[in-house]
This record gives sequence, C-alpha cells and structure tokens, in this order.
Amino acid sequence: MTAMNDNANLTEYVTFTVAGQLFGLPIERVQDVFKPTRMTRVPLAGPEIAGVLNLRGRIVTAIHLSNRLDLDARAEPTPPMAIGIEFGAESFGLLVDTVGEVLKLPDGEREQNPINLDRRLARVCAGVFRLDGQLLVVLDVDRVLDLGAEAAAA
Amino acid sequence: MDELLRDFLTETGENLDLVDAELVRFEQDPNDGSILGNIFRLVHTIKGTCGFLGLSRLEMLTHAAETLMGKFRDGMPVTGEAVTLILSTLDRIKAILDELAATEREPAGSDADLIEQLARLARQDPAAPRLPPSDRSGLRRADQGRGASGSGAAQKTAPEGSEKAVTEPSEKLAGHSIRVSVDTLDRLMTTVSELVLTRNQLLEIVRRHEDSDFKVPLQRLSNVTAELQEGVMKTRMQPIGNAWQKLPRIVRDLCAELGKEIELEMHGADTELDRQVLELVRDPLTHLVRNCADHGIESPAARIAAGKLRSGTIRLSACHQGGHIIIEIADDGRGLDTARIKAKAAEIGLASEADLAGKSDSEICNFIFSPGFSTAAEITSISGRGVGMDVVRSNIEQIGGTVDLTSAAGAGTAFTIKIPLTLAIVSSLIVEVAGERFAIPQLSVLELVRAGGGGEHRIERIKDTPVLRLRNKLLPLLHLKDVMRLGDGDRSSGFIVVIQVGNQVFGAVVDGVLHTEEIVIKPMSSKLRHIAVFSGTTILGDGSVIMIVDPNGLAQSLGRAAQAAEADARELKESEHVAAEATVSLLVFRAGSQRPKAVPLSLVTRLEEIDCRRIEISDGRNLVQYRDQLMPLLRIDSGTGLRKEGAQPILVFSDHGRSMGLLVDEIVDIVEDKLDIEVTSDHPGVLGYAVVKGNTTEIVDVGHFLPQAFADWFRRRDGSTPGPARTVLLVDDSPFFRDMLAPLIKAAGYQVVAVGSGSAALAAMKSDHPIDLVVTDIEMPDMDGFALAQAMRGAPDTAAIPIIALATMVSDETIERGRAVGFHDFVAKFDRPGLIAAIKEQSADLTRAA
Repeated sequence: MTAMNDNANLTEYVTFTVAGQLFGLPIERVQDVFKPTRMTRVPLAGPEIAGVLNLRGRIVTAIHLSNRLDLDARAEPTPPMAIGIEFGAESFGLLVDTVGEVLKLPDGEREQNPINLDRRLARVCAGVFRLDGQLLVVLDVDRVLDLGAEAAAA
Repeated sequence: MDELLRDFLTETGENLDLVDAELVRFEQDPNDGSILGNIFRLVHTIKGTCGFLGLSRLEMLTHAAETLMGKFRDGMPVTGEAVTLILSTLDRIKAILDELAATEREPAGSDADLIEQLARLARQDPAAPRLPPSDRSGLRRADQGRGASGSGAAQKTAPEGSEKAVTEPSEKLAGHSIRVSVDTLDRLMTTVSELVLTRNQLLEIVRRHEDSDFKVPLQRLSNVTAELQEGVMKTRMQPIGNAWQKLPRIVRDLCAELGKEIELEMHGADTELDRQVLELVRDPLTHLVRNCADHGIESPAARIAAGKLRSGTIRLSACHQGGHIIIEIADDGRGLDTARIKAKAAEIGLASEADLAGKSDSEICNFIFSPGFSTAAEITSISGRGVGMDVVRSNIEQIGGTVDLTSAAGAGTAFTIKIPLTLAIVSSLIVEVAGERFAIPQLSVLELVRAGGGGEHRIERIKDTPVLRLRNKLLPLLHLKDVMRLGDGDRSSGFIVVIQVGNQVFGAVVDGVLHTEEIVIKPMSSKLRHIAVFSGTTILGDGSVIMIVDPNGLAQSLGRAAQAAEADARELKESEHVAAEATVSLLVFRAGSQRPKAVPLSLVTRLEEIDCRRIEISDGRNLVQYRDQLMPLLRIDSGTGLRKEGAQPILVFSDHGRSMGLLVDEIVDIVEDKLDIEVTSDHPGVLGYAVVKGNTTEIVDVGHFLPQAFADWFRRRDGSTPGPARTVLLVDDSPFFRDMLAPLIKAAGYQVVAVGSGSAALAAMKSDHPIDLVVTDIEMPDMDGFALAQAMRGAPDTAAIPIIALATMVSDETIERGRAVGFHDFVAKFDRPGLIAAIKEQSADLTRAA
C-alpha cells in the first residue's frame, strides 16, 4: 500500500529477455518464475508449444516465446527460464532466456507502440517504456496466448 | 443469486425427488406409516421454507397438498386418483422452481385448478363409495388402500407411532452429514494427487540412501497418503440409487399411460460410483427402463394369455466387479423379435440377407444399437421418439463403458452395462515411441503382440500399408511414430497394441511396452485440444507428464473410423450422386485365386451362364455369340480356367452397344458395402483391395479389360472428365464411365462426387459440397464440356476451380478450344495413370495457391 501511495500510478513489471529483447509483464499476471525441467514434448503440436511439464502437481503448457513471436532464437534452443502465468483455468509457462529485476514504472511514461514497430512484436505489445539505454516492451499475455486467432488469420 | 434461494432450490429439488419415489412406494403399500410420515415431513419442510422466503404461490400449493396428505395420515384411504393428483402437484411445483431458478422470481400464474381438486379430495368423506380398483391403472395399492380404510380406528394408531420412529433417525442424520461443494472436493482431489507425487519422489530419493533415518517416518507418510487418497476418492462416490430415484415415478406413469402392470425391483442401490460417472449414466439408464416398460413388458391380457403373471417385472441391479460397476436392467417381457430385427436390418442396409442368415441371435439383437434402428411398428410417446438405442450405446461408450444385451423370446430381455467406477483414474498401458512415453487406456486394448525379432508374427506390407496376420485375419496397423511424426526408425519390429474402437480393430505399433499404471487423467491444455490423437495428459509416478493417446483419434487417423463409415453410408443413401462415399452393391466372385474379387454391380450388365460348347476360339481369343453379336471373353488372370463342359459363368459388361464377357469361376454373393479401397495395387486389372464384409477383396478394374476386348473401346467417343483435387467432381454422361472412374479417383485418395450432366455439375457446385476440382467428359448431350467450362468461368464461385477434360481424341483444335474456355489439362480417357497424375498436379497447385 505504501508503494502505491508514493506515486498513485506505478505499475510493477517483471522483466525478462527473449532473443536479446527486453520485455516486461505486469507483476500481477505472473504466478511464479521457475526453471523448466523434464519437459515432455507434444507430438503434432505447433512450434510455439515447447511441451508440457509438471510444476508442483499442476500441468503447465510451456510456450516457446521466441517461436511464438517469430524472434530469432539461435542462441538458446531451449530457453532456461520460465515465467508461470495463469490464463483461464490453465497454467502456462513462457520460456525466456533470462529473468531480470522487477521494475516499478509510472504508467504515464508508457508510450504507445511506435508505428514502425516490428509487426511480429506489435501484435503482442501493449506499449513501450524508454529505459536508460534500452526499450522495454510490455507484453500483452492474452494476445500471446491467443494461438487460435493467429492461426486462423495466417 | 441469493444464497438462501440457491440453498432452497438445491434442497427442495432433492426433497421433491425423494417425495416422488416415496409416494409411489406409499401407493403400493399404504399401510406403511413410516413412508407417509416421511412424505408428510418433506412436504411440510418445503411449505415452511416457501412461507419463509415469501414464495406465496408455492406455499399455497404445498399447503393444499399437505392438507390432503394429512387426511391420509388420519386414515383416509389412499386412492390412485389422489396420488396422481399429488404427483401432478409436485410436477407443478417443480415447474415453478425451474422458473424460479432461471429468473429468481416466482412466476405469475394461478394454481387454482390443482388447489381446488386437492381440496375437493380432502373434503371427501372417507366412507364415500369409490371406483372399483380394476377401473384404474391396476396397481396393487388400490386394493390395499381400500382394505385399510375399512378399519379406521386401527389405522389411526399406526401413523402416530411411526411418525416418532421417522423423526428420530432423520434428526440423527442431519448432524452427521454436511453439504460440501463439488469444487471443494475437486480441489482436494488435486491437492492429494500432488501429495502422492511428492511422496513418490521422496520414496525415490530414500531408495538411493540405504540407511536413511527418513525411512520409517516416510513409510508412515506413505501409508497415510494412500489412506487420504482413498478417502478423498470416496467423497466423490455416490450410491447408484441416486440415479434410480426418478425411475419408480417414471414406471408408474408409464403403467398408467400404457395400461400395463409393472413392478420395479431395485437391488444394490447403495453400490457406489464416482458422481461424474453417475451423472453421465443417468439418462441412458432411464432410457433403457422406459424401453423395457414400453417394448419389453406385454399388456396384462397378453401376459395372462402367455401363462405369465399379470404384472411384469423390471429388475434393476448393480454390483461392483473389479474396477467396474455392472448394472443390469432386466424385464420378464416378450423378448426381442429377432425376425423383425433381421427384416429391419436388411431394410436399412446394415447387412445382407446372406450375412444375417449366418448370425447368431445375440449378434442379431445387437443390431438394435445401430443408428436409425427402431422396430417399434408405431412410434409411441414413451420410447420411440428418435432417441435411439444408438445414443444409449454411444453415451455409455463415451465414458469407457460397454453395453450388452441378451434376450430370450417370451422370457425377457436383459441389458448389462459395464462402466468404470471413476473417470478420474484409468488403468493405462505406458508405451514408448521414439524415446517418448505415452499412455494408452487399457479399456480399449484387446491384446499385445510382439512382432519381428524372429518371432511368430511379422509386420507385412501391402505396398506402403503395414498389416499383420493375426489368427488368419489381416489386422491393419499404424505406426504411432508416423501418426505422431516422430521421425524414422525401424519399421519392421516392435510391439503391436491391438485396439478396438467400436467395431473396428486395428494395431498400433510402438517401440516398447513399459508397464501398466493407474493414471489420473488431467484435461488437455486448450492449446493442444485440437490434436485428435490425444485425449488428455497425466502425471506419472516419477513426476513426468505424458500424453494420453485417444484410441478414437487413432481410429480416425486410420481413415476409416467405424462410426464415420456408418454415417457415410447413411449419407450416401440420401444423396445418390455422391458415389464415392455411398455404399455400393458389389458383386463378389471368384476367379483364379481363392481370394474373393469384386466389381461394383452397377458396372455389370448381366450375369450369364453360357454353354461351354458355344465358346469359339478365333485369333487366340475366346468369343461367344451373344445377342447376335460376337462377344469377346476375357480372363481376369491366367489362373482362370475355361471350363471344358457344362455352364461357364460370365460377367457381361456393355456400353454403347458393345459387350464383353469376363470369365469367372464362381459368383459368390451380392453385398451392400462401402467401397473403400484401402490398398491400391500396381497389378494390372486390379484397382486395389478393400474389406468387403470382413474379407480382403480384390476390386477388379474393369477399365483394364475393356480395351483388351475392343482396342477402340475408349476411342469411340471424345470424352473429357475434368477432375478437381481433394473433392473431385466427375462429370460424365455415361454411368459406366462414372462407375469406373469414381473408384479409380477414390483409390488415389480423393473424394468423388459423380454427376451425369453439365447442368447437374453446376448444381452440385452450387450445393454446399465444396468442389476443389472438376473432371469432365467433353462430349455430353445438352451441355458439353466446353459449355460447362464456360458456365463455370462465368460464375464468380466456380471461376477458379480447375478443370481437367477427358478427351478420347486430342486434336490441336480441341486443345485450342479447351484452352480458350479454360481447361487446365487434357487427359486421354483411357489414360488412367495420366488422369491421376493430372488430378494430383492440379490439386498441388491448389494447395500452393491456398
């Protein structure tokens, strides 16, 4: 409550990188951060599905974020970290390369997507923050997980 | 919704069901004061709560019913009329409750009609004369009710004593049970599953450390966990009697409606099963009981004439057997009429007369589970309402159960249902494919066969299709490796899991079978639900997640799920021109080898037997004089002998005034079946192999023999057949060529819609059947191929559909003209490989364009 009162419009973001790009997710969307282990791949699933795994009794569907966003992922064929989120009644893990610190950012500084933003990113981007030296792309989780709509459009 | 109201609705709903059942019992046994006490108390509770919630309409109605029941308690005789009235009052109450649940408000309306009648009956003098019992539906209670009414004084004391007896246990019960939401139980179940997994991991760790201090406490933890798991499972269990609760009322109403006398016996109502399964089995059970009452039990007169007791009995029983619950619904009625079932089966094309003759009575009886089957001569309001036994069967199969029936003429019918106790946990076979593990539910597994490695069985191939010889039958196989696209590898050996789905049996080839395990089924992620070969996920004891294979999905990927075939067969009847998917009449014969051969009957003009002496040999060819023409006779293969004497059976094919005869050894049968060429053949004269009535049968390519008879058979007419890819619309005015080319295109893996004219083709393209490619004859009466192409190009919907023309004579001029109207390709009519190649090429273009 104190944090909120300093500046009424601060939002906390969990930051992470995928294929060198910095992303942020509002912290209330993030359930946990974990290292994906013993992942089972799912035959016949699309490239954005990395597999399924057991996280403390829950079955988590792992989304290969760089494949999902069509980003270049040569460096890390199997990303080492996962960000756990709930979507509907289901659990998902977004596979990412590194997880950084939690940043408190004022909502007023969040900017609209630049109109020339890479279209692959624009689809799932809910705004951009200008940080010192780099840009943070706010990820729209709902659109990231809306695999069906994209497939239908493709 | 207001919580108070919701609780009221739930509770009242349950109470009403109880009252329903109790009333029927009471009607049969009005001397049982404890039942009356129960009913009275339940109705009283409902009335009280209604008043409390300000539901005035309900309150007035229940009050009137209560008053009448109070009279019963005071010794008024129980009549069928009164019980019927109370039952209809309960129905009205239920209807009001339904509205209440939907709108949260008591609906407007008047119940004066019911209240008035209830009051009238309550006012009646108990001693007033009543209708004799035989005038009513004839249930036993009528007599007993009257008997009891004679001695009012004796009657009075009984209810008082019994009322006390009833209230006491019910008070005790109230303190012993609480209402828990199903969600809470489900969450508890998930938590326990998690605990089990953690325990398993701990056990694994301790196993590696020999002298661990943890050993003993962990053993204790392990036992407690197992008990907890069992306990939580139990909370989800409910007695099967809950699904039976409505049945006494249903049977009673049916009796009244049908003028029958039926007693419903229930045994093992306390047998427990998972509540989810219970919900799913409720409707099929109700349907079967209705069926017994309607079709099974005869009228009292018919029963007496047959020397049976006047009243029939439907017996419901349930018991546990292994991990299953067995429910039996038996009646002592007339049994199934096998003759009528046979006639109906033949009529709707389920089997040929010849087939039926060879079937046992029990096999015949099972036809009633086929879609569209009803032998009831007239549709009654009770069970002939389009909800067939096929729905019952598919509902039961959906939850991994089976339904079977036995029937004895005159003695009755018994249905036996076997269902798993719970859907949450199934016994599964854990198999390995390309290093990955999968679970296959054991319910659908018939057996395991080891193939290769010098053993008895070996995977064989018919062209690219793997099959296995298993006890003299050819078992179609599919490699899970291929189905799941898990790369290459050894295809010649492995384990074959023989799976049955519906009536279809096939083998799934896996690399290894690891063990069996009781798995807890977890729903599939919504992102994976589109993958048909998987039905769910599960966590194994070692903590890893694996996919559960769906046998139905596998059957579909085999391309010929039994149900689909049945559905297709039905569709075909409806639309005659969708030739490829319809059942066709096949002429089965033998020639040369012992393997049966078949041709579509529609191709055959006549079956003839000719005197061998009439066969002449000219120029190395066999000829016979047939209808004032010389007809060439051909052998299917060198093995077919020409008889030296007697009658030689031949198949005569005619088109445009010319005929040829095919020599055969023996005509075997004419059967109705779906012509589904599963394995194509490179052997000239054989289109491929299909399973016809369970036998692998060579489908003979008549097209191969025609040019042998008359070299110019195909050349006489300038024909073009445009063919779209995927769904190919075949346009040819000659039924003969349609019948010949349709299976050929089908064999190459396309859907075929065959029509006989250009205008029919345009109509077919306008219907909702999507056409990908058109193959058309050029020379046709009325609208020829060129005109058809022009018409297609003129309409926006059809302008883009590729057209392949079938031409007999391809002149430069024809080609020029064809290009102009938009033919994509020309194929000579007799060039069958060329036609298939052209179709393939055009459909590849389509795929690229999409």
